[in-house]
Amino acid sequence: MGSVTTIMDENKNEKLERYSTLRVVLRRMKRNKGGIAGLIVVLIYFVIAVIGLWIVPYHPDEPDFESALMPPNPKHPFGTDLFGRDVLSRVIAGARTSFTISIFAVALTVFIGLVIGTIAGYVGGWVDEVLMRFLDIFMAFPEILLAIAIVAILGPGKINIVIAIAVFSFPSFARITRASVISVKSNDYVEAAKAIGESDMSIMLRYILPNALSPVVVQATLRMGTAILTISSLGFLGLGVKAPEAEWGTELAMARSYLESAPWLSIFPGIAIVLVVLGFNFLGDALNDALNPRLKDR
Amino acid sequence: MRSFIIKRLLLLIPIFFGVSVLCFLILYFIPGVPAKIIAGEGATKEDIENIRVVFGLDKPLYVQYLRFLRGIFTGELRSIKSGESILKEIAPRYVGTIQLAFSSIIISSTLGILLGVLAAVYKNSWIDNLAMAFALIGASTPVFWLGLLLILVFAVYLKVLPSGGREGFKSIILPALTLGLPSSAIVARLTRASMLDALSQDYIRTALAYGIPKRKVIFKYALKNALIPVVTVIGLQFGFLLSGAVLTESVFGWPGVGRYIVDAVFSRDYVVIEVGILITAMTFVLVNTSVDLLYAVLDPRLRKG
Repeated sequence: MGSVTTIMDENKNEKLERYSTLRVVLRRMKRNKGGIAGLIVVLIYFVIAVIGLWIVPYHPDEPDFESALMPPNPKHPFGTDLFGRDVLSRVIAGARTSFTISIFAVALTVFIGLVIGTIAGYVGGWVDEVLMRFLDIFMAFPEILLAIAIVAILGPGKINIVIAIAVFSFPSFARITRASVISVKSNDYVEAAKAIGESDMSIMLRYILPNALSPVVVQATLRMGTAILTISSLGFLGLGVKAPEAEWGTELAMARSYLESAPWLSIFPGIAIVLVVLGFNFLGDALNDALNPRLKDR
Repeated sequence: MRSFIIKRLLLLIPIFFGVSVLCFLILYFIPGVPAKIIAGEGATKEDIENIRVVFGLDKPLYVQYLRFLRGIFTGELRSIKSGESILKEIAPRYVGTIQLAFSSIIISSTLGILLGVLAAVYKNSWIDNLAMAFALIGASTPVFWLGLLLILVFAVYLKVLPSGGREGFKSIILPALTLGLPSSAIVARLTRASMLDALSQDYIRTALAYGIPKRKVIFKYALKNALIPVVTVIGLQFGFLLSGAVLTESVFGWPGVGRYIVDAVFSRDYVVIEVGILITAMTFVLVNTSVDLLYAVLDPRLRKG
């Protein structure tokens, strides 16, 4: 965060260029070292998730019993697991698993949260009251327990984990959207749109939502981190993706039995989780600073 | 103040109702006939019919719901797997989880407040940087991985603490640290923010201008006010702790409600899942409500609202 003078300077410069929120946000992000570091980690994670299966040194799922439980060595820098699978390859393959699930989970969460939050905030009255009490019920459950319940009902598997994460994450999104919509709703341009006879739907979609999005963007980034933690937690509990697919939490659950004989198994997948979650948290915090309306409106 | 308390307590009724209905419906969301699931694979038609009658699954839904509620409190509700009363099975485990949660709260609040105050008083120094780095990493570390690392260091290499089980004081140290450290990270971040806010207030400047010793100003004036939001967050951490307890209990083989529920998922003991989740959620709601009320008592500005 800059001092008052730098903010004023920056605003002077902004007037010279065509106004673009994205450009302003990017410029503010550039000054935030943590944000840049977070962005780099997230990008690397993204690239590994996409091209990972082409760059793995060994097939991540194929057992090779002759080289089982080898400590880190030049051929296997992260060592091998019980089935002789290369841990480095499994960590890389695990990136794809967690990325696919978390991106869909957060997308579903944002969608449900936006719909409920916008309706509650815009319509208000008893509709708002009913929707909020409905959210209260979901928020009464500790997060992982709700996820466990849903996986217990639907069974393990990627799609069900996506649903489980969305179910416990959407209430907080809906609340944030609602708060944001309520603050945007009182603006003059919304009154003006009403006065010229725009429909409620069009006001919500064209005037309110775009202006209420910044807290949602920040939350979505932070939620990616939470989603990745939840996926690995479910995996650790044995409720994650099906074997032999590589997933960081599942790897760590296996490592639990070999803490004495093969401690390397419990190190690398954990480091991967911490790095990626840290990346999203840094990025989310930086976005929060960059989008902070107090700074934006000067 | 009184109307606030009454309003907050009345809010418990719809939440309790909603939560219990949702838990009760868990069995009905499951694809397939509940009786068939309870009877297990290879059950005959008569077995299934028998179970429908025994569990009252042939009655209307609302009757089943009321029986479910009554069954929890009278202890009539039994585990499908062991046949024991769930109330009897869950009580000692509930104590185990609460013990774990409280030990972690002690760790997270002591360490969190200490780090937060240090970071705020020595703002932008290396102490601040170190404390905040700890806070960020702590908030990004999976609870179960931290547990594994602690076992690796203290049980496998140093051999000073047990890696699991529940025997004596020593066995709770690692689980409590596992659960408490990530939570202390969050407390530290908030304490720092709240403390910085308090330190920038006019009354602090005035107190310092009067020549009151800095130490006294920090601890007696600033900290006292800074702690109000911190208390709330520590209370709200309880939900996080209940979530984390599920994982911690699994890592350390700690006999608690979380592990009971996870085990029930594997044995498809849906009645135990329903009751376990219901009891945990109710605990969470009651703690949150108490925190809200406590907040109102601590912060006079809220009493009128």
